[in-house]
Amino acid sequence: MRHLLSVADLGADGIAEVLRLTDSFVEVSGRAIPKVPALRGKTVVSLFYEDSTRTRLSFETAAKRLSADTMTFSVASSSVSKGESLRDTVETIEAMGIDAIVLRHRSAGVPWRVASWVRASVLNAGDGWHEHPTQALLDCYTIRARRGVVAGLRIGIVGDVKHSRVARSDVLAFTALGAEVVLVAPPTLLPPSLEGWPVTVAHRLDDVLGSLDVVYLLRLQRERTTEALIPSLREYRSVYGLTAQRVRRLPADALVMHPGPMNRGVEIDAEVAGDPRSVITAQVTNGVAVRMAVLYLLLGAGSDLVGDRPAGEEPAPVVAAPERVAVGGPERG
Amino acid sequence: MAERERAATPPRGGVFVPRTTVMDAADLRRAVTRIAHEIVERNHGLDGVALIGLQTGGVPLAHRLHEALLNVDGTDVPVGSLDVAFYRDDIGLRPVLPEEVTDIPFDLTGLTVVLADDVLFTGRTVRAALNALNDYGRPHAVQLAVMIDRGHRQLPIRPDYVGKNLPTRFDEQVDVSSEGVVIGDVVPR
Repeated sequence: MRHLLSVADLGADGIAEVLRLTDSFVEVSGRAIPKVPALRGKTVVSLFYEDSTRTRLSFETAAKRLSADTMTFSVASSSVSKGESLRDTVETIEAMGIDAIVLRHRSAGVPWRVASWVRASVLNAGDGWHEHPTQALLDCYTIRARRGVVAGLRIGIVGDVKHSRVARSDVLAFTALGAEVVLVAPPTLLPPSLEGWPVTVAHRLDDVLGSLDVVYLLRLQRERTTEALIPSLREYRSVYGLTAQRVRRLPADALVMHPGPMNRGVEIDAEVAGDPRSVITAQVTNGVAVRMAVLYLLLGAGSDLVGDRPAGEEPAPVVAAPERVAVGGPERG
Repeated sequence: MAERERAATPPRGGVFVPRTTVMDAADLRRAVTRIAHEIVERNHGLDGVALIGLQTGGVPLAHRLHEALLNVDGTDVPVGSLDVAFYRDDIGLRPVLPEEVTDIPFDLTGLTVVLADDVLFTGRTVRAALNALNDYGRPHAVQLAVMIDRGHRQLPIRPDYVGKNLPTRFDEQVDVSSEGVVIGDVVPR
């Protein structure tokens, strides 16, 4: 696999592979020296056309822990402000000899376009309302780390589904792994059509709260939401906010998740974030390890193991050169 | 030998065809016992000695050595396992994925670490392991125990404890399991 654009590119097996590899990078991240030489000599560029702190830092930390070099392209201080087109910007960056582009853009689909222009790997770090695949992978990892499996769990995704790329990627990932997903939102914050989404819908958090294994709270995206979609923040909180009273009704082994940044006092009460069932900090920690796994799969080992070998292409020569002979034992030594 | 690595390495999904059994289970047991004695002798006891098996073939050997050291000397030395995938020098040349998560539940700074592996071949795994160990601490010394030394070294690495020296062709396969050591070939399925 060359790019990570959508969770759908991975499928259930690909997600499982990423999660398995993440276990190893969690171990690496826990060491006194949390760094391995796996991607020495590779260069990863973060190209963010939209504000981000945690995703960009998380990717850069991941790349550094793999010994890759990192560059940050800050749109505000770049030639983009002089009117340079996306394509020219991307081709200029690629001409510097880079191996991966971590891309965030306000428009859906941009990572696909960029992937068609460059030889480097493209990692979608969020495109408009569309997808945010590494967030979904770290969410799956966090759930698996606490609950053992994702399959069979009932996961409620609560809040502004309409404007949420996290929700779209999470629905794909959770259902691919066999979880049941309930969207909990007012009709105004749901997409116009849910046709083809393998989910059920509830309009009041209280109706489903007691049955949920995971409460996944979405950020109320005030910068994307026009005021008309909800009557008021206070009313939103009273029906959809995870308040201290509501969290008491959650099962003891339930998880509370949030992709951040949190609007404390809106979708989540300040004290709920500190509840033992809250894994919001673990999500951030796991995010680095998951992104290490993804970068390693794309730039290091994974090309043959997950995904998209062109049809008809032979996997590898049967008679290999002496340096890389045969199976299992050859380079063990 | 790791099924996963076998499946991922060319020729993909090759089948191991055994030719000759060079050690049986009893030979293996005797070799483990002898190596355990040699470890005790060489280190004047087992103070500050730890075992680390290299994933995956070295891990059972490390545990067998641990048991043998318990019998020989009555000392319960710490055991860990190390996966060197991220330290290999052939990342990008072939699929390199970890088999298992590294598990070193002790600080190895100041210890004499005995690395254990099933087969010593090119020496590249051991090179990777030496680099990896440095990221876990600074051992006082590192020694190398292998069940089979099959030659063909590509790096200046030599074992301290050897179960059996086994001359091989470069393209042969050596398979070590609890039942014994078998030499054979891998043919495409």
